[in-house]
Amino acid sequence: MSPKIEISILSEIKLEKPITYRSKPYLINSNRITLFVYYSKKQISSLHSFFLSCLFYMIDFILNNQIIKTSAGAGITLLDFIRDFQQLKGTKIGCREGDCGACTVLVGELVDNSVAYQSITCCISPLGNANGKHIVTVEGINLPKELNTVQKAMVDNFATQCGFCTPGFVVSMTGFALENKINTTCNDAISGNICRCTGYKSIEKAGFEIEEKLQQRDNNHQIDWLIKEGFIPNYFETIAERLKQLKTQHSEIESSNRVKVANGTDLYVRHADKLADENVELLADKKELKGILFSEGVCTLGANTTVTEIANSTELQALFLKLKKFMKLISSEPIRNMGTLGGNFVNASPIGDMSIFFLALNSTLTIQKEDGTERHIPFQEFHQKYKVFDLQEDEILKSLSFKVLDANESFNFEKVSKRTHLDIASVNSAGRLSVKNNIVTDAHFAVGGAAEIPKYLHKTSEFLVGKALNAETVKKAEAVLQSEISPISDVRGASEYKRLLARQLFYAHFIELFPSEIELNKLIGQ
Amino acid sequence: MKNIDSFTHVRGESLYVDDLMLRQDVLFGLCFDSPKAHGKIKSVDYSKAEALKGVIKIFTYKDILGENQIGGIIQDEPLWAEDEVHFWGQPIAFIVAETEAIAKKARALITIDIEELPVITTAKEAKEKGSFINAPRSFKLGDSAKTFADCEYVFEGETFSNGQEHLYLETQGCYAVPQENGSIKLTSSTQGPTAVQKTAARVLGVPMHKIEVDVIRLGGGFGGKEDQATPWAVMAAVAVQYLNRPVKFMLNRHDDLRMTGKRHPYSSFYKIGLTKDLKIKAFEVEFLQNSGAAADLSPAIAERTLFHACNSYFIPNVSTTVYSCKTNLPPNTAFRGFGGPQGMFVIESAISAVADKIGIDRRQIQEENLLAENDEFSYGQIATQVEAKNTWFSAKEKFQFEKLEDEVFAFNQENKRFTKGISLMPITFGISFTNTQMNHARALIHIYLDGSVGVSTGAVEMGQGVNTKMLQVAQSVLGVSANRVKIETTNTTRVANTSPSAASSTADLNGKAVEMACKSLIDRLRKVAAKMLSSEEKNISFQEDFVYLDAEKTALSWEELITQAMAQRVALSENAHYATPIIHFDKTKEKGHPFAYHVYGTAITTVTVDCLRGTYEIDAVKMVHDFGKSMNYAVDMGQIEGGLAQGIGWMTMEEIAYGKDGRLLSNALSTYKIPDIFSAPKTVETIPLETEGSEWAIKKSKATGEPPLMYGIGTYFAIQKAVKAFNPNYKLKFHAPFTPEKVLMGLYEK
Ligand SMILES: Cc1cc2nc3c(=O)[nH]c(=O)nc-3n(C[C@H](O)[C@H](O)[C@H](O)COP(=O)(O)OP(=O)(O)OC[C@H]3O[C@@H](n4cnc5c(N)ncnc54)[C@H](O)[C@@H]3O)c2cc1C
Ligand code: FES
Ligand code: FES
Repeated sequence: MSPKIEISILSEIKLEKPITYRSKPYLINSNRITLFVYYSKKQISSLHSFFLSCLFYMIDFILNNQIIKTSAGAGITLLDFIRDFQQLKGTKIGCREGDCGACTVLVGELVDNSVAYQSITCCISPLGNANGKHIVTVEGINLPKELNTVQKAMVDNFATQCGFCTPGFVVSMTGFALENKINTTCNDAISGNICRCTGYKSIEKAGFEIEEKLQQRDNNHQIDWLIKEGFIPNYFETIAERLKQLKTQHSEIESSNRVKVANGTDLYVRHADKLADENVELLADKKELKGILFSEGVCTLGANTTVTEIANSTELQALFLKLKKFMKLISSEPIRNMGTLGGNFVNASPIGDMSIFFLALNSTLTIQKEDGTERHIPFQEFHQKYKVFDLQEDEILKSLSFKVLDANESFNFEKVSKRTHLDIASVNSAGRLSVKNNIVTDAHFAVGGAAEIPKYLHKTSEFLVGKALNAETVKKAEAVLQSEISPISDVRGASEYKRLLARQLFYAHFIELFPSEIELNKLIGQ
Repeated sequence: MKNIDSFTHVRGESLYVDDLMLRQDVLFGLCFDSPKAHGKIKSVDYSKAEALKGVIKIFTYKDILGENQIGGIIQDEPLWAEDEVHFWGQPIAFIVAETEAIAKKARALITIDIEELPVITTAKEAKEKGSFINAPRSFKLGDSAKTFADCEYVFEGETFSNGQEHLYLETQGCYAVPQENGSIKLTSSTQGPTAVQKTAARVLGVPMHKIEVDVIRLGGGFGGKEDQATPWAVMAAVAVQYLNRPVKFMLNRHDDLRMTGKRHPYSSFYKIGLTKDLKIKAFEVEFLQNSGAAADLSPAIAERTLFHACNSYFIPNVSTTVYSCKTNLPPNTAFRGFGGPQGMFVIESAISAVADKIGIDRRQIQEENLLAENDEFSYGQIATQVEAKNTWFSAKEKFQFEKLEDEVFAFNQENKRFTKGISLMPITFGISFTNTQMNHARALIHIYLDGSVGVSTGAVEMGQGVNTKMLQVAQSVLGVSANRVKIETTNTTRVANTSPSAASSTADLNGKAVEMACKSLIDRLRKVAAKMLSSEEKNISFQEDFVYLDAEKTALSWEELITQAMAQRVALSENAHYATPIIHFDKTKEKGHPFAYHVYGTAITTVTVDCLRGTYEIDAVKMVHDFGKSMNYAVDMGQIEGGLAQGIGWMTMEEIAYGKDGRLLSNALSTYKIPDIFSAPKTVETIPLETEGSEWAIKKSKATGEPPLMYGIGTYFAIQKAVKAFNPNYKLKFHAPFTPEKVLMGLYEK
């Protein structure tokens, strides 16, 4: 179905001011855009200038090998744009909630003259976030006649059956080849792709083949090498230059009550239909919300920092030796590439992983008003009741900061869910502990899934301070913990289970951090 | 040969229903379903929805010109509810609008007033209240009641296995287009094109020839689209009949999860009796199948539970009964294994329970009772070409079971943070539709003027590779290269009155038909060739696109031969019909020979449990599997690995949850978890057992669709062993799936 553009030109209306569009100059349904254009004869005399006027709303990006300028709503999903507006049907729909990977596409962004690619699930990504980027669908990695290297590996290993998941896998794996991340495996790259047919072993084999091939890659001429080795088509070498040429404009459409969207992984799961018709305020455009900064023993992370950015930060890796392992427990590769700190805190889920992580780091939030003024609050005070938090309509989260761990301090993060990866926790927990001469000098613990908010364990943390670090102390502290939590039974587990799990994960912190002092059998009395 | 769809699959060029080019005047459908699990519909107010701009019409049962009935085995299911609703998610109306978004907005505007009636969600409750789909069925062999008296060990127990969501990656859907004279073409994602055609004709009140059903391929089916692809296609058809415009209806994932049935949960009560030397002498089971609110395929599934209640064991005295219990869940339906896995879980549980009580390993009992040649199944069939012991002992030997077991033991001695468990899981699975009359298929072959070949069958490609196998059969019988042969879409106008692609039998039935049709064509072409080469027919053969004379390649090419045959007015099209011989079953006696053959195998599973967190990993699953003479190892291994993963999912993390009010709680992919790449076993190894195969299997290549799923059952018992190794106080429970929650609770049970 080709999208129809219906143009209703109301030529009789005379406008005093230059064209300004109120909330909606268009109506979008899944297969049809209607633009309502108001103009006076004087102002616009040709269709050419009509299109110019539409530039107020243009989203400019490169889709595969094609430059796109579209007036489609910034709030529709990138998926609908790809499938319905562009008729590219290789990107499949399995769930529309980021949980299957059938809709995986790559997003390339210009970073210092070259393009950095990562995978996302486009079913929960607003079209507006594609602005200025290179979006790659499976069609965009197809070579004219033969299969590309990833596709060959998939076919040679019999890694496709019904085929419905396959384009998603192929795109993720091509993303793996393009990303050039150290210490990640092809399996990590496809951690967001679900297949119901193959049982994965054949796909895994294809991945091994790709990993092996990539060993030989020429890191100085990445793109050229990948083109030469048949991973990607030739046009990729032109993308960096073309992205530079791309004139994107920030279309600040004046209207109040706009829904703030960071990367959409929370909002779009629930409200994609509604957001398609709305004016969205894209926080991704705000560069000031980005970045990880260290200064005077304090680490500050912008609210738009993604889980992937955290995982890949070498400074943070130095701070938390198991950082990659922790982050791998959070969602999947494409969701980590999108999910932001701000989104995780503000969606206020009682089991938000980043919330728990940073609560235990005893962090401070910086909140910014529309007029630019700022206030700072302890993160512990942010969440108040179920989905109630300390943020006004005219405020956004700007950043979060925490004191860097000193030599006596250690940190651990734990999460258990029904499926270890790409699942929401049944219970998660984190702890920051300072121990000097075997005495606890400072403690900050948090637990998720055990209360109506991401729970900072005030009493438990306080209890620990001043105590000797041994099994007895941990057991006693655990009793305090139980008095602080109030888990409910739901699909993620019965309340008794969550209580038991909260205990186990609390124990796990100590067992992980002090393996020689604290052993499981001492804690459980066996 | 690789799956013939591989090339387009990896390029994203394979077409599914949702990818079809739509006609300009297309409309979009959306189903309005019951927001309560049971009740009387007092009133429904469609006025606001109807008034919404872009809404074309809202269809209800009142708009049906034929019958409001979609029941297959039993006529107990309306397309759209009339006065009562029987499950949460039951279709009530069908909104047709200019766009899907408008249809969704309209749906939100519909209000309904339901007078609620009591809701039954479990089979046990249904049985107590006498709520059944049909009469119970019982199989009997020997006299179990009497035999218990002679047994040294007699134990009784209860088991539960939960349902399972199919989670085909492609949701249900159909694109319906009006043709001339009231005919309608339905492109449906169905395993049963004839079921769709028949039901659409019935509901629309038109002859079947007015309905053409075309299936390109499915993005997964697993049984979920055998019967339950039908209603969506029929709804679209009703709308087309009325509006004379195309209607597309794809279910979104949430609607699909909520409205469609799943694998049946089973509550079962068993009694097992063993002699001192561990021979199982008597076995009784009462199976309570949670059938949901309508029959769907439940009676047939219940029957297969009975067929597989003894799994790979010979038990001389058996008495099994199954009740199809009517509840207020969506009608549960076919799912790979079709009731067989639920049956096997009970006997395996019974063996574990007994072993635990006696204080021995379960495998000792398993090994003592494996099926042997000429043993009688409880349904009267005599076992032949039995490979139960063969696969069992091969697995033990080839994978060095004793060594593995020692390693597990040693590991558990040394470790307390982690424990390991190991299990053996034999499988025996009967191949054929248990309903004898469904075991037939047809093929239509055209050889075109240029020598290219088109093959149509009733087989539906859903990833299982059946099209690849059909191509292999055609190509090998015709002696032409693979690229000459095209497998056409599955279409009711080319191949009619088909059985669904199910029961693992699709390749056998349709393959045999293809083989027959190709043989007939070859017979005719041989005559032509013999004449051209001035020889006798018996000396002619066909290979690699050439005619061979006395096994020597001649200059006569396939193309030339076809040109000649055409000139001589030889028919180059052929239609063949195949019906499995030898099978029969007498339901009045519950005895017969229902299966063309059985498939055997044994899996060894090892797992590691994290005793701190209650999570686990599957270290390895190693299988010896009876493929017969596999005609395509690539495809068959794919079935083994994929089936295994589904079985593991069913036994570990896939947890369907309904509220007491009958609402599905595991209603999204965020709350219903199927295995991802990290939950797959770290090692999966399959050793094919070279066996004679069965002459009733296509090219002696045994069916592989369903059997491997049941290897996954071994995971349950391996985890159980590991939990017990950590916590000697743990009392064995047989309540699948074994989620991390149950593991942790078990590890710390007092
Ligand atoms: C498949 C899947 C798996 C997931 N798995 C996990 C998981 O394992 N663990 C986990 O914790 N979460 C998980 N999530 C949830 C989600 O990814 C995270 O919460 C993510 O961090 C949200 O970030 P976002 O930028 O996408 O949020 P958005 O959807 O863009 O925004 C969420 C909310 O935050 C608000 N918001 C965002 N930024 C700001 C800001 N700077 N100031 C004020 N308001 C703001 C938005 O207005 C909105 O209300 C998962 C989600 C999906 C779809
Ligand atoms: S459609 Fe499933 S992740 Fe997007
Ligand atoms: S091949 Fe069917 S879902 Fe992966």
